[in-house]
Amino acid sequence: MLAWTIYITFIGVLVLMLLPRDNARAARIVALLTAIIGCAIAFVGSIQQVQQVDPGQVTTIVKVPWIPAIGANYYLAADGISLMLVVLTGLAAIAGILFSWNIEKRTKEFFAFYLALIGGVYGVFLSFDVLLLFVFYELTIIPKYFLIARWGSTRKEYGAMKLALYSFVGSHLVLIGLIAAWVVAKGQLGQPTLNLMDLAQVHFSTGFQHWVFPLVFVGFAILAGMWPFHTWAPTGHVAAPTAGSMLLAGVVMKLGAYGCLRVAMVMFPEGAREWQWAIAALAVIGIIYGAGVALVQRDFKFVIGYSSVSHMGFVLLGLATLNTIGLDGAVLQMFSHGIIAGLLFAVVGRMVYDRTHTRDFNDLETMQLGKLLPFAGVTFVIAGIASMGLPGFSGFIAELQVLMGAWTVFPKMTILAGVGILIGVAYTLRAVQKGFYSDAPPVAHGDQAHDHPLEPITVAERFGAVMLIGASLVIGIFPGLLMNWIEPCFKSPLFARLLGGGAQ
Amino acid sequence: MNTVDYYQMLRLSAPEAIVTVTMLVVLAADLTVLRGKSLAARFNFGALLSVLGCASAACLALHRHVEANLCDGMLVVNPSVDFIKVALLALTIFTVLISTPAKFTEHVGEYLSLVLLGTIALLFLVSAEDLLMIFLALEFASLSLYILTAFNKRNSKSAEAALKYLLFGGMSAAFLLFGFSLLYGMAGSTNLGDIAKAIAGKGLDPLLIAALVMTVIGFGFKVAAVPFHLWAPDAYEGAPTPSAAFIGSGSKVASFFILAKILTLAFAGTEGSAVWHGYVAGWTPVIAIIAALSMVIGNLTAIVQSSVKRLLAYSAIAHAGYMLLGVLGNTPPSHTALMFYVITYGATTIGAFGVVFLVEQATGSDALHNFKGLSKRAPGLALCLMIFLLSLGGIPPLAGFTGKFFLFSAAVLAEKDLGLLWLVILAIAMSAVSFYYYLRVLKAAYVEDAAEDAPAIRVPLLSFLALALLALLVILLGCAPGLLTQYL
Repeated sequence: MLAWTIYITFIGVLVLMLLPRDNARAARIVALLTAIIGCAIAFVGSIQQVQQVDPGQVTTIVKVPWIPAIGANYYLAADGISLMLVVLTGLAAIAGILFSWNIEKRTKEFFAFYLALIGGVYGVFLSFDVLLLFVFYELTIIPKYFLIARWGSTRKEYGAMKLALYSFVGSHLVLIGLIAAWVVAKGQLGQPTLNLMDLAQVHFSTGFQHWVFPLVFVGFAILAGMWPFHTWAPTGHVAAPTAGSMLLAGVVMKLGAYGCLRVAMVMFPEGAREWQWAIAALAVIGIIYGAGVALVQRDFKFVIGYSSVSHMGFVLLGLATLNTIGLDGAVLQMFSHGIIAGLLFAVVGRMVYDRTHTRDFNDLETMQLGKLLPFAGVTFVIAGIASMGLPGFSGFIAELQVLMGAWTVFPKMTILAGVGILIGVAYTLRAVQKGFYSDAPPVAHGDQAHDHPLEPITVAERFGAVMLIGASLVIGIFPGLLMNWIEPCFKSPLFARLLGGGAQ
Repeated sequence: MNTVDYYQMLRLSAPEAIVTVTMLVVLAADLTVLRGKSLAARFNFGALLSVLGCASAACLALHRHVEANLCDGMLVVNPSVDFIKVALLALTIFTVLISTPAKFTEHVGEYLSLVLLGTIALLFLVSAEDLLMIFLALEFASLSLYILTAFNKRNSKSAEAALKYLLFGGMSAAFLLFGFSLLYGMAGSTNLGDIAKAIAGKGLDPLLIAALVMTVIGFGFKVAAVPFHLWAPDAYEGAPTPSAAFIGSGSKVASFFILAKILTLAFAGTEGSAVWHGYVAGWTPVIAIIAALSMVIGNLTAIVQSSVKRLLAYSAIAHAGYMLLGVLGNTPPSHTALMFYVITYGATTIGAFGVVFLVEQATGSDALHNFKGLSKRAPGLALCLMIFLLSLGGIPPLAGFTGKFFLFSAAVLAEKDLGLLWLVILAIAMSAVSFYYYLRVLKAAYVEDAAEDAPAIRVPLLSFLALALLALLVILLGCAPGLLTQYL
């Protein structure tokens, strides 16, 4: 059933392509319907699977031979981690469409690219054949590029090209690693295979893992915004249209982190153990650097862009711990950041920028947006609180687990990461204050655009915001809902070698 | 000298004979019945005849299951060769279909018959396992290509391109012939198998090295590999676009097939090794160096091109580099990967040139800025272009990606201890570079807006159908490569 998340989304793309060119309304409705159906399938399918089998178990959805000569299967399957990310994708897809209801320029093409991106993301999360996973992974690059280059703002062509090239270089690093691993695995097993479950059991020599692991890990981590390969993220996020940045931060960065965990770490556990320190160090640098840079930005969207780098640092730090609690936290943080970053970008990109046409704090300070757009102000405050990691929201429980996991392995770095959280509080409060509740006296704008009242917040936006806040709250208050999906996964044989000899 | 059974010969070369007859019919029809008709009608009718002829030849080649070796390797027929012939004929069909909207010439019959003549030569070429026959067929094909390059008589660039192509081609023929004559001198035979037997066990004596280098240089020109590529950008740019498509597809498939055959058959035993830190003199290190140079120089030079045809020419040079990896692997999977890659590359290239041709006809040039706003001016065409270029760039699930995966994995698998991984890493790195320049064209088509006064782009139905079919084929072969690899 879950496979239909992919199919329905691509069917949506086809339907959109066949629609008449100038019917923007129909395009929106088709896109929204597709996303809702996809999300519903994701929900129902996930809950069914969790009820029927242990969520830690990898449950096959489809498995048919694809290219027998190289051992590739069309193999879709899911365990708890996949299920969680599929649900996240469903939510993010709906929210993104709600927040891009106002796209008037070539609406149909916009949503076609948008859904193509979503379809690819579903595919990555459900693939247990590494070639298939790679195919879906690369499939997301092209829609990303066009979404940003065509419908973006601020240096959009630069941002789009940078993002596309970074993604492509990253995926090619992965490709080198996969080809090498495929050849070695073929030598050991006597037959070609690209099945992740089989590859996870192959014993790659230590020398081989020593160089292949960083290749594949970094290849994926580029997309997860790992310092120093994060530079695509702020420019890409800023350049992207609202829905684009919501998806970039919400799910695309998760693709990278998911690839790190699912492919690099599972296939090359010894390599992971060897490079554990390096990853943790880069992650902590990312946390502090992202937060520090976010603190001094003048552009509202850059603040959120750099905060994404910082929060994704927690995911990577959690992965680097190589213990169950840290990995639990990392996976939950993927979900949490996906929801919260989406919300933050929605407020900045859609609610504020589309109305005021500026994201410069110096201009925003004079506008008293907290009074003009109270809903936006309140939403941003809530999202900011969630992003800081206050108890009650999903971010808290996730980051707490990451830090607890990290404390047992690298205490000093954990303290530094804690400092990162403090800076996070600072830049969020600064953004709240400068963006919405500034004391600066309103400037008399004689002939300026925002003399006439700002367009009120639409119903679609309210729906989207409430949905995302709700998701974050529910998981924050009842983390067990998702933890019950995530925790069992790390007890499965897939992760046995990774967690077996590690620092537990 | 053994006696020749002419009936047998005719029977075995029936596909070639059918194409020859088609060629004559096309020429005759254009000179008689179609005289005075409009250019479009003449082109469409001539194309229809050519397609019929090629299709029936292809059907014949596909359904006869013969194994034969006539006159000591002059004409070798077996199912795998026959399948390459089918692929060549299919590529010719598409080349003919995309040239139907042409306005650059009034000599429709001559143009089409030259394309068919070139095809006949290529068909003979892939059937040959004899140096003399290889040389004759190769030059026969080249002669047709020179004329096709010069076919746009209204454009001086076309003549210049053809002259360059002719001079370089002549030089390459001289190298090739010199190499072949040395081989003959050593072996006393022109048959590839006999040559291998004669040189077996002697090691690399200087004469053999000279023969090897000459042969590789000769073929290096034909497949446009660095440093023998200098003719290609000018020829691609100056030639009428459908001619360039033919140079880049059919002729490439046949040249690579025969290059691999010569190296693996005639030079068997002198492979050497191109393994990192394990270099042994032989033909593989030579090919490895040429492959590396082609990938690097082709891709890096393509970045700065503003003419899309030149860009495709440099990309062709880069792709020749990837394909040489397939020659280098020298194992059955690597040969399958090579042929899969070359054939899908040929189809993709025809498609890309087909789109460029339509844009060029509408706007007067193939400059990058003429592609601006293509997604709005001709959405179907833009979509086809996107599929072709992404496939060339190696984006899954298109044929270009699947081909690259086959090619690279087979190359790594060919030597033990991942010996050729260094070359594959280079290839993958360069393919990441190539993505940038393909994306530049797509950016013009999809992101940028057309100038106000941009002329409308007329998309004739026949050539659009051909392009759509090619695009579908690229997707299909990418998703289900088994459809093609089962024959290779």
